[in-house]
Amino acid sequence: MSFSAPPPASGEPYVLSASLDNARHLSSLLRAVHFQDHATCFATASGLRVTVEDAKCIQANAFIQAEIFQEFAVQEESVMFRINLSVLLDCLTIFGTSSLPGTSTALRMCYRGYGYPLMLFLEEGGVVTVCKINTQEPEDLLDFDFCSTKVVNKIILQSEGLREAFAELDMTSEVLQITMSPDKPYFRLSTFGNAGSAHLDYPRDSDLMEAFHCNQTQTNRYKISLLKPSTKALALSCKVSIRTDAQGFLSLQYMIRNEDGQICFVEYYCCPDENITEAEL
Amino acid sequence: MKCVIAGGNVKVLGRAVHSLSRIGDELYLEPTEKGLSLRAINSSRSAFASFLFAPLFFQLYEPGGPAPDTERFRCKVHMKSFLGVFRSLPSLDKSVGKCLILLKHRASRLVLQLHCKYGVTKTHNLAFQECERLQAVFDTQRCSSRLCAPARVLADAVVHFPPTLAEVTLGTGPGGKISLRNYVEDEAELSKTMVTELWLAEDEFQSVTVSPGSCITFCLKEFRGLLTFAETSNLLLTIHFDEPGRPVVFTLDDTVLEVHLVLATLSDLESSSLPPPTNGVSHLPTPADDFADDLESYMVALESSACEGATGGPPSPTFPLRTPRTAQSDPEEQEEEEDGAVPGTPPQKKFRSLFFGSVLTPGGPGLAPTQEVLAEDSDGEC
Repeated sequence: MSFSAPPPASGEPYVLSASLDNARHLSSLLRAVHFQDHATCFATASGLRVTVEDAKCIQANAFIQAEIFQEFAVQEESVMFRINLSVLLDCLTIFGTSSLPGTSTALRMCYRGYGYPLMLFLEEGGVVTVCKINTQEPEDLLDFDFCSTKVVNKIILQSEGLREAFAELDMTSEVLQITMSPDKPYFRLSTFGNAGSAHLDYPRDSDLMEAFHCNQTQTNRYKISLLKPSTKALALSCKVSIRTDAQGFLSLQYMIRNEDGQICFVEYYCCPDENITEAEL
Repeated sequence: MKCVIAGGNVKVLGRAVHSLSRIGDELYLEPTEKGLSLRAINSSRSAFASFLFAPLFFQLYEPGGPAPDTERFRCKVHMKSFLGVFRSLPSLDKSVGKCLILLKHRASRLVLQLHCKYGVTKTHNLAFQECERLQAVFDTQRCSSRLCAPARVLADAVVHFPPTLAEVTLGTGPGGKISLRNYVEDEAELSKTMVTELWLAEDEFQSVTVSPGSCITFCLKEFRGLLTFAETSNLLLTIHFDEPGRPVVFTLDDTVLEVHLVLATLSDLESSSLPPPTNGVSHLPTPADDFADDLESYMVALESSACEGATGGPPSPTFPLRTPRTAQSDPEEQEEEEDGAVPGTPPQKKFRSLFFGSVLTPGGPGLAPTQEVLAEDSDGEC
C-alpha cells in the first residue's frame, strides 16, 4: 500500500522521494553495513548508496538500485547527506523486526535538500508512523581506487561455504590473513589466536568455487575486528567475490537476493594491515 | 602420534570433548596401546573424567613411537582451544567427513585437521604442554553398590531438577526403589526450599546391587555432562558407589569406547571430627577410618610445586596439606603442575573438607627456600 506525502509548503519539490512496499528490502541491506553509527547516503537517478567507514581503513557500501523501489525520484544530479544509521534503522524497523509472511511495512521517504531532515512515513496494518531524522554535512569518503583493471586475484565463492567460517573466526587473533594463489593452498583464510593458528583452505576445484582467477600468490593481513562486521553481509548473500589488487587492498562484493528475488549488492573494501608479518605456523 | 577419525565418529569425539569441557579447563591427551585417552579434572579435584577411544574407533591409529623403554608422550591442551575445533556439533555432523590428529613435535604443535564438504580443509595448530600422567586411582570392584540402567532413564530423571541445582542425593529405599532428591545444605533452609524427590522402580534398571539404606550426594553439573553424552550414544550407564565420602564412579562401556567419571561424594562426618591435619601424608591406601587419606588414595594430588606445605604457615583446619617432595617418591600417582592448584569455584564447605591441598588457606604456608617462584599466585595463597 503506497500513499503520497503531503505537498511541501513552499511548493518546492523534494530533491529525493521514494516509495517502497516492503521496508525490509532497505533495512536488511542497511543492517549488512551497520558497523558504525553514522552513514553517508548518496542518491542519484540510478538508486541509493549508503556508505559506512571506520578507522580510515574499511568502507562498506550498500546499493539499493532505483528498480527496487516502487517510486524513486531524484530532482538534482545527486543528493548527499550524512545521517545516523542506527536511528534510521530503528525507524525503518519501528513495527518490529520479525518477518511474518504476508505482513510488511510500507515506506515513503522524502528529503527536501540541504539542511532539511529526512522524513520517513511508515505504515503497517493501518498504523502510520512519521519520523524526522536530522541530516548532517556529508564527510569526505575514502576512495580505494579499486577498479577491475587493477585486480590481481579474484575468486567467486558460494556464500554457503564461507558463512560458518566467518561466524567461527578466532577473534583472539588480531588479523585475518588471506592467501590467494594459483598454486596450493589456492585460497586460505588464517588466524593466529591464543589457541594457536587456524587455516581454512578452499581448493580451486571445490564445488563452492564459482570462479577462480588467481595470477599471483598473494598473502595479506587485515585487522579482524574491521572485517568481522562483513559477516552480516555474508549471511544475507548467496555469492561473494573476493578480489585483491597489487597493494593488497581487499574488495568483498556480496550478491544479495531479497524476499522478492531482486538482486542487490553490498561491498566491503579493506586496507591491508601494515604491521610486519610473522612467520606462519 | 597420528590418528584419523572418520564419519560419524568425528561427532562422537566432539561430544566427548563437550562432555569433558564441563569438567575442567585443560584436556589431557595420552595415546596408548589400548587407544587414545582424553581426560579432564576439575580445579577442586573433586571430579575426574576419562574417555578411552580404542584403536578400532579410528580409521588409522598410530600412537607414535618412542623406544619401548622410554616414557610415552602425554600432553595437555587448553580445553577452550580444543573445544573450539568441535564447537558446533550440528556442523560436525553435516559437513565434516574426517578428522586428523597429528603431533608435530618439532613445531610443538598438536594439529587437528578437519576434512569437510566441498573439499574444504580446516587446520588448527594448537599449542600443547607436556605433562605428567593424570590418573585417578579407583577400583570399581571395591564398591558395595552398583546400578546399571540405560542413560535415558537417568537423563529423564535428572531433567526434573532445576538447571542451577548443585548437588543431588542418590539413595536406595524400600522395595529396591532408587531415589533421587536435591540436596539442601542448610537444615534451616529446608522449609524455604523446594525439595524435589523422585523414585525409580527396580525394573527401570538393568541391574541393581545395592546395600540397603545407602545414599550418596554428588555434584550434578559434572554428571549432567556425562549424561548428555551417554544419552545420545545410547549407552548403558553403570553407577558404582560405596559409603558417603567415597567417590562415586560412573562408567559407560562400548566396544570402542570406555568412559569413566569419578566424582567425590559428600561425607557424613562433621569437620570437627576430622583427623588433625598432617603434612607429608602417605599416599598409599590406608584403612577406611581416615577418610581423608582414603580419598587421597583415590584422587591424585596435583600439587603446585610452588605450594609447599611442609615448612611454616598454619595448615588448613579442615584437611591435610601435602608436600610435593613426598609426592616424588611415588611418581605414578603424582602430577606436577606449574600453576597453582587454586579452585575456580570451590564447592560448598563440606565438599571442600574432602580435598587436600587444593583449597589453600589465606596467608598460607611460606615457600620452601629451595623453591623459586617465577609468578606468584594472584590469590596470594601459598
